[in-house]
Amino acid sequence: MPVGPFGLDPLIWAPLRLALAVGLALFLVLNGALAQIYLERKLQAIMQDRLGPIHVGPQGLLQTLADAIKLLAKEDVRARLTDKWFFLAAPSIVFAPMLASYAVLPFAKDFVGVDLNVGVLYLATLGSMTVLGIVIAGWASNNKYSLVGGMRSAGQLISYEVPQLLSLITVVLVSGSLSMVQITESQHDFRINLFILPLAFVTYFIAALAETNRNPFDLPEAESELVAGFLTEYSGMRWGVFFLAEYGEVTVVSAILTTLWLGGWSGPWVDSLPILGVAYFTLKTYLIVLVFMWIRATLPRFRIDQLMSFCWKSLIPVTIANILVTAVLLLAFPTTRVPVAVANWLMLGAFVVAIPLLQRRRLAGVRARLRAEAERRAIAV
Amino acid sequence: MPDYNLSYFYVFVFFVVGAFFVTLLLGISHLVAPRKPTLEKLRTYESGEEPVGQAWGRYPIHFYVFALLFVVFDVDFIFLVPWAAHFRDFGWTGIVEVTLFIGILVSGLIYAWKKEALRWY
Repeated sequence: MPVGPFGLDPLIWAPLRLALAVGLALFLVLNGALAQIYLERKLQAIMQDRLGPIHVGPQGLLQTLADAIKLLAKEDVRARLTDKWFFLAAPSIVFAPMLASYAVLPFAKDFVGVDLNVGVLYLATLGSMTVLGIVIAGWASNNKYSLVGGMRSAGQLISYEVPQLLSLITVVLVSGSLSMVQITESQHDFRINLFILPLAFVTYFIAALAETNRNPFDLPEAESELVAGFLTEYSGMRWGVFFLAEYGEVTVVSAILTTLWLGGWSGPWVDSLPILGVAYFTLKTYLIVLVFMWIRATLPRFRIDQLMSFCWKSLIPVTIANILVTAVLLLAFPTTRVPVAVANWLMLGAFVVAIPLLQRRRLAGVRARLRAEAERRAIAV
Repeated sequence: MPDYNLSYFYVFVFFVVGAFFVTLLLGISHLVAPRKPTLEKLRTYESGEEPVGQAWGRYPIHFYVFALLFVVFDVDFIFLVPWAAHFRDFGWTGIVEVTLFIGILVSGLIYAWKKEALRWY
């Protein structure tokens, strides 16, 4: 009879492992959200020379918990004109794929819910399912703000999904696998993909900001024009679930960035002490989450036309070019990755330099057109 | 490594637990939260004004154009994934074919660009 880990019968071990994985994922989502919200509020406060939450618990640590309890005990209002079943289903449709993303995240060696051989594709699929929930929420609310917000979010999410997915391709090219575990293992000894594919890292990072509705891409929640976007009719715990899902999503994209570019659980002494991997993984993930928060405190919000044109006219051509260049160089130099790295760093430099220049030229063109129009109008008068 | 079907069963369980967890949270909220609906409360929010008409109406065509372009490039991604995972086996033939494939799609993007479909009004 085969014996599983800890001397358990495989028939008992398999369901136990599944229960553990799901429970741990839920635990991580809830605690991650609590921790992140507190961290974000504190960090924003420090950056804006405020105190942030200080009253509930030591240093305001229990503030988020208090907020969560408040949300639970809040009256749940559903407007009369909403489409009942879709309105009720939307939070689940946003939340369930986010939770399912945790299934393939490799926290450490042999510490992964399920090592799918198509892990990257699976994560990409789940990432796009959020759009579905958001469109449903916007439509089912039967509210003009919600509908406009929902459609805008959909437009933004599907647009930025393209560069996000295409950036993943370059990593798959270099690592030669779609499995999250194998991608991590291909980056041992500090040969992490960030050094080889910095451009893909940057494009994925920008797209991930948009994909999680974070600043500077938080147009769906542009409160000055859309009230709360697709969330306008949602209140109480229903709203709380959307919020949970959003923070969970931030953790998921940070974890994807960690796994694909920062080497996941790998780090010094991890071979002799595998549990260190969890610490490295968490550390790297939260480092990226902190950058997300930093960006939120720094940058103003994009306008919708800037957002769309930046995606379709800058990011997508760059990512496509990146795929072709990477593939050609990998095939031309099968033994070394140095040419790919050099090309990628050069392309990143060109990207960073070219974007402001092109933008300036475009703005000059727009200004000239506006001036010409104004002159024509003046003559006509 | 669990076998193929089992690993997708895991994924399925994650989905079910996610949906169930949301239901549980909302259920708890339903039990503890007060419920005093009034006509004003249940009215659609429109910044305090009386809502005019239904929201289910028409919205700009741009969304449709972008959705169409998105579908093109999403399918592009799906076709690129298997090639990317095994591109060393396909060699230069694969690269030429993928370049052709992407080239056709990019020419579509350029067409949309020139037709100003990518401009947001």
